[in-house]
Amino acid sequence: MKRSSNLFEGVIHGIFLILGLVTIACVLIISIYLIVSGIPAILEIGLVDFLFGTQWASTAAEPKYGILPFILTSIYGTLGAIALGVPVGVLAAVYLSKMASGPVKNTMGQMVSILAGIPSVVYGLVGMMVLVPGIRKLFQVPDGASLLAAIIVLAVMILPSIIKMSVTALEAVPKEYEDASLALGATPEETYFRVSIPAAKSGIAASVVLGVGRAIGEAMAVMMVAGNAPNMPDSLFQSVRFLTTAVASEMSYSGGLQRRALFSIALVLFIFIMLINALLNFFLKGEKKE
Amino acid sequence: MKPIITAKDLCLWYGQSQALKNIDIAIPEQSITALIGPSGCGKSTFLKTLNRMNDLIPGVKITGTVEYNGQSIFDQDVNLLRKEVGMVFQKPNPFPMSIYDNVAYGPRTHGIRDRKRLDEIVERSLRDAAIWDEVKDRLKKNALGLSGGQQQRLCIARALAVQPRVLLMDEPTSALDPISTLKIEELAAKLKDKYTIVIVTHNMQQALRISDHTAFFLLGELVEYGDTDQIFTNPADQRTNDYVTGRFG
Repeated sequence: MKRSSNLFEGVIHGIFLILGLVTIACVLIISIYLIVSGIPAILEIGLVDFLFGTQWASTAAEPKYGILPFILTSIYGTLGAIALGVPVGVLAAVYLSKMASGPVKNTMGQMVSILAGIPSVVYGLVGMMVLVPGIRKLFQVPDGASLLAAIIVLAVMILPSIIKMSVTALEAVPKEYEDASLALGATPEETYFRVSIPAAKSGIAASVVLGVGRAIGEAMAVMMVAGNAPNMPDSLFQSVRFLTTAVASEMSYSGGLQRRALFSIALVLFIFIMLINALLNFFLKGEKKE
Repeated sequence: MKPIITAKDLCLWYGQSQALKNIDIAIPEQSITALIGPSGCGKSTFLKTLNRMNDLIPGVKITGTVEYNGQSIFDQDVNLLRKEVGMVFQKPNPFPMSIYDNVAYGPRTHGIRDRKRLDEIVERSLRDAAIWDEVKDRLKKNALGLSGGQQQRLCIARALAVQPRVLLMDEPTSALDPISTLKIEELAAKLKDKYTIVIVTHNMQQALRISDHTAFFLLGELVEYGDTDQIFTNPADQRTNDYVTGRFG
């Protein structure tokens, strides 16, 4: 009896182990595949020409494979989304965690969850139908599909993760800290800004990094609103292409060096996201220590 | 001595349950008043009424009057009241920031930005709280690195930094070891030259050691209030006698 149950547990253990290994295998296979298929084009084009070339003309008679426009667009787009989304998200989190009364808080919290669940193509659609014409009219530019439109869409898309994580961090701030501040004659608002937010700073920082990760990896929504022309992002109203959309928009008809270069772009994006993940782990560890 | 805080006919309810019943008390200036009584008797609730920290609890209803400095506390700006009537909590609760920033927090809140003045205030407050010598070389270090007793004296320094006239202490030594407790008691005795102290304590020896006046609370009522010596040696009420002689509580 004892023996067979041991055998049974062994089998179950084995199955679970295999399931775990499958996940790890996926990560490894994707990483290796990307590295193997991404490196040849970089070698062929030259690392400097590839990363710092300002022109992308993959289908021209004399093709150019410079991805600096995509890199800068992804960086600017993400930073812009953070600049817009973080203040809104953190302040909303302060409101939700500290000021809102029960029913308001519940309703708003659920709305935020719904916002997180909306498919990115829907964000893209709304951006295309509302935001793009809006920008065209408001700023009197020939085309509203631009870096600005992408930034705004991304800012909205990263709000839920910033709000949720910041609320969790703010709610974990011991009430004793806030009581101490109030008892010194500070107003509730002063208390939130000078005690609660600093005490929750590693959690809030982690939420920002998570938002960066989401923004830099987003493809569908930005493809629909950014205009998708491989320009250098010189102005907010420039039609631009992100790292993600660069891969997505040409993959279906590419071949030869062009196709290999798209894999190299994916590799660059992958490295960006790995760095962001490392940063996230760093902040989360910091929070645990405190 | 003239009273600095006077409560008349003070009642307080948490929702349906009455926590304070018709409290009448006049707390004299520059002395230590101890509030004693068994758990749940209302002594902490009364203390927190004095700087209106009870306002923060939903469902609290208060009737009667409390005057600070001759004016009803409910008519005063709550932030200014709390500046004048400081508080030290049961569990040491320094902010997770440097020792310096902890003490400077209050003055900064009240608009002092000048670096030199802040330096002076921080040093004076830490000296007054008898912790300056222990921390003067590590003002920039995180306050959470201090021992429990040091943290509590830091919290006292933080409260003193806004120059209150009254210091409310809610069982300030209940989380501390005997030596740290002794230090806080010595400090309280010293501070009464400048400040009025109202201290809630579970420890009757502590009340006897440091206080000038003692108020005995039971089931939300103020049973007896008088000179500490009289309360402990010759109480007028049988219930007080039973409590101070250790028959219950």
